[in-house]
Amino acid sequence: MKAIAWARANLFNGVWNTILTLVAGYLIARGAWMAIDWGLIHAAWSAPDGRACRAITNDEGACWAFIEQWYRFILFGRFPPGEQWRALIVVILFIGMVVVSCDRRLWRSAWPITAIWVVGLIVSFILMHGGVLGLPVVTTDLWNGLPLTLFLSVIALAGAFPLAILLALGRRSDYPIIRALSVGYIELVRGVPIISILFMASVMLPLFLPAGVNIDNLIRALVGLMLFYAAALAEVIRGGLQAIPTGQYEAADVLGLSFGQKTRLVVLPQALSITIPPLVNTFIAAFKDTTLVTIVGLFDLLTTASNSITDPQWRGFYVEAYVFVAAIYFVFCFSMSRYSRSLERSTER
Amino acid sequence: MTAKLRILLPQLLVLAIVVGLGAYLIHNTLDNLARQGVATGFAYLDREAAFEIGEKLIPYTSADSYGRALLVGLANTLEVGVLGCILATILGLIVGVARMSRNWLIRHIAALYIQAIRNVPLLLQLFVWWDLFRVSAPPPRQAWQIMPGFFLSNRGLTIPLPSFEGGFHWDIPHLAGFNFAGGHIVTPEFAALLIGLVIYTAAFIAEIVRAGIEGVSKGQTEAALALGLKPRQALFLIVLPQARRIILPPLITDYQALIKNSSLAVAIGFPELMAITNTTLNNTGQAIEAISLMMIIYLGLSLITSALLNWYNARLALKGMAR
Repeated sequence: MKAIAWARANLFNGVWNTILTLVAGYLIARGAWMAIDWGLIHAAWSAPDGRACRAITNDEGACWAFIEQWYRFILFGRFPPGEQWRALIVVILFIGMVVVSCDRRLWRSAWPITAIWVVGLIVSFILMHGGVLGLPVVTTDLWNGLPLTLFLSVIALAGAFPLAILLALGRRSDYPIIRALSVGYIELVRGVPIISILFMASVMLPLFLPAGVNIDNLIRALVGLMLFYAAALAEVIRGGLQAIPTGQYEAADVLGLSFGQKTRLVVLPQALSITIPPLVNTFIAAFKDTTLVTIVGLFDLLTTASNSITDPQWRGFYVEAYVFVAAIYFVFCFSMSRYSRSLERSTER
Repeated sequence: MTAKLRILLPQLLVLAIVVGLGAYLIHNTLDNLARQGVATGFAYLDREAAFEIGEKLIPYTSADSYGRALLVGLANTLEVGVLGCILATILGLIVGVARMSRNWLIRHIAALYIQAIRNVPLLLQLFVWWDLFRVSAPPPRQAWQIMPGFFLSNRGLTIPLPSFEGGFHWDIPHLAGFNFAGGHIVTPEFAALLIGLVIYTAAFIAEIVRAGIEGVSKGQTEAALALGLKPRQALFLIVLPQARRIILPPLITDYQALIKNSSLAVAIGFPELMAITNTTLNNTGQAIEAISLMMIIYLGLSLITSALLNWYNARLALKGMAR
């Protein structure tokens, strides 16, 4: 009875609403049925090659056999197959570190999280690169797929953070020259596409350095992403700085705190805790933006997927490949955005 | 005196560091360029480009200059940008209003759209749209005819164009050999870019629209309903006009994002500003000039977008309210 009353109130109140519900319901049901029919009923789960798979599905279903054959390449790219367990541990380690960092009980002091990340990053670097403890060396051009995506987003964001704090403070500084430099940097970087910054990093960075200094492609992309994220994060942090009541600054001044003490002990802790939900949103955007490194020739998760569908034996299974990769991105981004929402709600209270 | 010095000194120090770093980088760059024998300066813009551009709004041949090629790219960027902003606004408005619908199903379909689109990278979405046209659409000989003159094939979508040569008539696309002739062809690259940008940006605009509608006090809707307006009239005549004031500032950011995101076209081969710049710097080696020029143009586009919308925003602002 309750369900009927609910349906009447929410779906069938009025002629117009009833028509809308019926039409939308029909379209959704049809779409869902097509997806199930394609993805499950007519799908082929195992086949030796693309032609055999097409013969099974009769082109009416998904060829998940493609994912079965290619998931290792999509996830880890050209990382030596025998060593891929190392890349897998790194992925699990990264996810674990992110999950642990979300626990608010750890936030009372900056040290636990910093320690976790420093140790975690050193361990991941050793695992990825090898060369010690009997692990064979894996050069950075073979760091592909999901580990690369995670590495790029985490390290670029971590590197951008200190710069972003300086820029945000600089933008609100009383010193006109410092303010002008900060505003100039932030507005310039935010006004241009992120790809142009990546191009700059990949083409111009080698020119900026003294002759004979060669820098890794991975580092170039990292520097580019870092410079871009710094400007984006700076604007979010500035929002937090602006939200702090002037009384806080005045109280700190009255207590005789120096500028450094005031910033470190009074201003930043408050500004950063207000900005955590929008910061998480910036992290999501940054995570999605790492896909652009494909344009400067790095093999991230999206590049490995788009390369896998050009294999002559398995040509053209782009929907399967992209659904697989999109699901991975979605899980990461959606859980981060849920987390940001829950934080927002808990701070509203 | 010491107080003044204390204000001035840190600033000069920072300035000195920035200038010093800049000078060091420029010195290295000039050194490197001289060693590689690359000429500096913008003289390359007058040289013959010698590459073809598939899609152009202004006349261009490979005999034209790099400068001209850049203009062709800029025109393509503007085309995608303007069309994209208009279509994304319309779609975003629809989804945003649907997100607030009293109909449970409609509300949740809109929420699903927003969540699915916002949490998947734009470049991935562009790749899917591109392959949908290139791989899944039939070859021209088996093209799907949507309406007379509108053929969808892996070469793109054909559209009839009005023609005034020898009296007015419609220039209707028709199959000629292995491709279509006549009318206008929307290439898979252009279609993928435009559709991808519109669908992606609309998901963000929808959230802005929702916040804008929520930002208008509920009393306004109640007053409108009490006056005997229908819910739809209340939405279009009372709520949305007021919501515009809340919607517009964040909308500017999304328009700028759409224009900047159109640069992803370089990955799917639509010849806009970024793609032309990429080709130019590969052909000439004039990386610094080409990249700076492109950055200045994008910066200019961002500024123009925000200036136009700020002007409109100022007109919308309540009279007598302090800004």
